[in-house]
Amino acid sequence: MAQAAAVAKPPEPPRRRRTSATPRRLPYLLIGPAVLLMLGFIAYPVVSVFYYSLQNYNPTKPWRNGFAGFDNFVRAFTEDALFWDTLVFSAKWVVVEVGLQLLLGLALALIVNQTFAGRGLGRALVFSPWAVSGVLTSVIWVLLYNSQTGITRYLADVGIGSYGTSWLSDTSTVFSAAVLAELWRGVPFFAILILADLQSASKDLYEAAEVDGAGRLQQFWHITLPHLKDAIVLSTLLRGVWEFNNVDLLYTLTGGGPAGATTTLPLYIAKTSIDARNFGYASALTTVAFVILLFCSIVYLRLSKFGGEDK
Amino acid sequence: MSVKEAVKTAPVPAPAAPEPPRPGRRHRAWDEVPRWQIYLPLSVYLLFTLIPFYWILLFSLRPAGSTSLVPWPMTFDHFEKVWTDRSFATYFQNSVLVGLATLVTTTLVALAGGYALARFDFKIKRAFMLALLCSQFVPGALLLVPLFEIFAELKMINSLASVVIAETVFQLPLSMILISNFIKNVPYSLEEAAWVDGCNRLTAFRVVVLPLLRPGLIAVGSFAFVGSWNHFLFALMFLNNQEKQTIPVGLNTLMGADSVDLGALAAGGIIAAVPVVIVFAFIQKWLVTGFSAGAVKG
Repeated sequence: MAQAAAVAKPPEPPRRRRTSATPRRLPYLLIGPAVLLMLGFIAYPVVSVFYYSLQNYNPTKPWRNGFAGFDNFVRAFTEDALFWDTLVFSAKWVVVEVGLQLLLGLALALIVNQTFAGRGLGRALVFSPWAVSGVLTSVIWVLLYNSQTGITRYLADVGIGSYGTSWLSDTSTVFSAAVLAELWRGVPFFAILILADLQSASKDLYEAAEVDGAGRLQQFWHITLPHLKDAIVLSTLLRGVWEFNNVDLLYTLTGGGPAGATTTLPLYIAKTSIDARNFGYASALTTVAFVILLFCSIVYLRLSKFGGEDK
Repeated sequence: MSVKEAVKTAPVPAPAAPEPPRPGRRHRAWDEVPRWQIYLPLSVYLLFTLIPFYWILLFSLRPAGSTSLVPWPMTFDHFEKVWTDRSFATYFQNSVLVGLATLVTTTLVALAGGYALARFDFKIKRAFMLALLCSQFVPGALLLVPLFEIFAELKMINSLASVVIAETVFQLPLSMILISNFIKNVPYSLEEAAWVDGCNRLTAFRVVVLPLLRPGLIAVGSFAFVGSWNHFLFALMFLNNQEKQTIPVGLNTLMGADSVDLGALAAGGIIAAVPVVIVFAFIQKWLVTGFSAGAVKG
């Protein structure tokens, strides 16, 4: 309604009252730089990915470049076993990471939301890995998992595990090892977001619940959890997409190995572009990843009803 | 100001109070959790959080070949080595340049766009918001190939500007949404009052709105800086010249070496962490309020 009124307003004369001074072009001027940047460096690249996906395109093998039709897609779905493995691993990685991060983050947020001595320090320490990068996380956990001087050696000293094991080079342990490293820096994200939301919970509700004799578990179940629902839905979705997309940690920690055991689809794409320089095939894989992400976006927009009228 | 406008603006301040005062320490039954139920799980989790930090510090400070669990005798050899022999001085400088440039461009572009989103209704607003959100699902890692082509076309491969542009573009959507939410929390009537007092829109914004946006700008600027400081793939893809590399790429090179020098790697990691720790300490108190004020509302 407000929008309709603004649109219907006739062009204003040059001399007008200051209080309603809203040149019609001003909002467009303000979003202009952002629109240009996003058109040039997101929208155009996305479109060109679709174009490249139909090409044989490898800068190191220019003699083979040219139109390929759907060859790249056919190759991915019928010939490339690694592609299917990366899909399965991506799903496993995202579900396990987001699930565990949410549970631990929720528990931590509930704990540091209590009043206790040392709460400020406790919060700061709990949140501290939040800003640590994927690469730095890899550095830290490479040091921890190192077979000669890593934590395993000292665990072996006290009788846990055996000497000389390297968790990152064994296919049976590499998944847990990578999950643990990513959890270490991922949990604070949920803890911070959930804590922020907990602080906006109405105290009156809890008081009323107490008067009615509700226990802490009931309060959590009937007040806290419904209050957090929106935040949890949004943050898990955002985080799920983020965990799918973000390749820094796996690229540097395991390189997707051993033997492709920790390769997500985006990591496979990054390696196909950076290491193999097979731009055409990487673009086809990217198109597949977009379809998966588009599905997530629709779910996300449905759930959040974003862009509608505020309040 | 006309009566109609006064009526329209009157109810605004009430729901849009920028930050409700934090409740102090009050005694509630909700607080009466047995202490051990707080301290025990917290301690266990803190071990998980802090041992890795201790581990990298330990490796960076103890002499090569030592297996001691305390960094004594302490040495700074690893830092010297990584700073000079492994070019971390250059990487650090490049990373700072990229980080600051990304901070400035992201904040300015997001501030302008965020203001438009918060204060105006315009035709393509809904489509623009949708594009902002959708762009969050387009990861930079998937656009490496076309972005490489674009920067090659613009003759910007091996130029730090390519990384700055790429980082800015991908930081922009979330930054703009955050800033527009912060601006929405500043009552419009404050600006209108300033216009009545004779300010133009820009002056009113600068004098009235900008000071109130400080927490939001600090949050957004910090995210932009830390984000570009931490990111790795753009620099890896667009910067082939070792002189132009950034710290995360330097760390990756150290990790990928045939025989990894763990001491140098740890020292490089500490160097990478220092600015982030400083920024983090600085924004700590704004972090939770920043998130809650700027959070995307469901």
